[in-house]
Amino acid sequence: MEPFEIIIEYWPKLLDGALITLKLTFLCTLAAAIISPCLALFRVNASPIAQAPLRLYISFIRGTPILAQLFLIYYGSGQFRPLLQEWGLWSFFRDPFNCALLTFILNTTAYQTEILRGGIMGVNLGEIEAGKALGMNKMRILQRIVFPHAYRIAWPALGNEIILMMKASALASVVTIFDILGRTRQIFSRTFDFSIYLWAAILYICITAIFVLIWRQAELRLNKHILPSDHLISADDSFQSTTVKRLRDE
Amino acid sequence: MFELLSFGENGWGDEILDGVAITAQLAIATLPVGLFIGFIVAFAAMSKNKPLRAIGYGYTTLMRGLPEILTLFVVYNGAGLLLNALIKWWSVGAEPIDFSPFIAGVIALAMVFGAFSAEVLRGAFNALDEGQVEAGRAVGMSPKVIFWRIKLPQIWRFALPGLGNLWINMLKDTSLVSIIALNDLMRMTKVAVAFTKQPFTFYLVACLIYWLMSLLSEMILAKMEKNANRGIRRV
Repeated sequence: MEPFEIIIEYWPKLLDGALITLKLTFLCTLAAAIISPCLALFRVNASPIAQAPLRLYISFIRGTPILAQLFLIYYGSGQFRPLLQEWGLWSFFRDPFNCALLTFILNTTAYQTEILRGGIMGVNLGEIEAGKALGMNKMRILQRIVFPHAYRIAWPALGNEIILMMKASALASVVTIFDILGRTRQIFSRTFDFSIYLWAAILYICITAIFVLIWRQAELRLNKHILPSDHLISADDSFQSTTVKRLRDE
Repeated sequence: MFELLSFGENGWGDEILDGVAITAQLAIATLPVGLFIGFIVAFAAMSKNKPLRAIGYGYTTLMRGLPEILTLFVVYNGAGLLLNALIKWWSVGAEPIDFSPFIAGVIALAMVFGAFSAEVLRGAFNALDEGQVEAGRAVGMSPKVIFWRIKLPQIWRFALPGLGNLWINMLKDTSLVSIIALNDLMRMTKVAVAFTKQPFTFYLVACLIYWLMSLLSEMILAKMEKNANRGIRRV
């Protein structure tokens, strides 16, 4: 094992893989962030019969391995090749990146919907009543009361889900996508130097750690008005003290 | 389509069932190993010894941040290399051996399960009512008896929902071992697909079987939770 020689030679490839991993994670999270609020609202408000298909979809996604879902879409679409060609969709399904992205979007949307549903159900009914009393219409109440609160409640769980999705995106390497793990396996098959796996592990941990830091900062910002003031000392106090100092100097 | 899934010479039913058996064996073999690691790591993270605590927290942070499939590759390739290096060091002329993918699967899945379950167990320990432990001491129970009679049943009750989720996650993660050439459900499905050229049918069947296993687990877990919570006052 020559860990440093390996990383010096192959770091551009590994970084390339990291970009693909980040791209996959970002795109599927973004798509799910757009779809899941609508589905979550539907899950909270619609009648049990109307939401039966949605519940079935969520149960299926949560009850099956994401690898099986990926194979179902990537290899399974081959069974319908003539039909897909007729509809002009074959060029989409032929590309492993599209299939992986579609699988991950379907997967994380189901999880995010359930998380957000929990958030919406956790909103204090009294606050919604207060909104009604002030004459807000339904849209306003959703926009000003329900969703801000629901996201505040769901924020940590959503962060966990995004991390899980980032980790699951490593499965894309199985369908020939060169993300971090895909590059790592490629380099390993060339060099048989095991240390490249350790570098990949470090890279994944770094991405997770940076994401956790960003997410926590965002959470503090979201909850600024509720938190006891000492939580904000780091941000506000330093600001205050510098302003005060400047005023004094003047 | 049903012909393809029938048992015997023409169908793939029995092959797929063999795969289901391997998947089930793998999950069941992983559970005790994973729980054992979970308890050890939870105790380490709660200990008064600072370095030990750091190791406990470090382990959970590390394992939870790594993709399960990377852990599996590291264990499978790494342990294989290590084992062969040891054998070579022992006797130079020895034949290199293949590390069993089943054992690699159990170790990797148990390492992941251990890290997540340690967090669940730690939460359960923290949720224990101190007063009950004191009550046990007051009636003259020894620490050992207190652990078995008071702490463990309650930890079980608090940890069961979290451990149940982890069990289902682990059951699904067993599909990853198909990548390191273990003949589990996923792998047998792949073989069937290669022969029949009906990928959608077979992967759908595999999905349905996993789904069934998850739903069955959920049902059993709900029963176990009910049983663990008997005698608890509902508000």
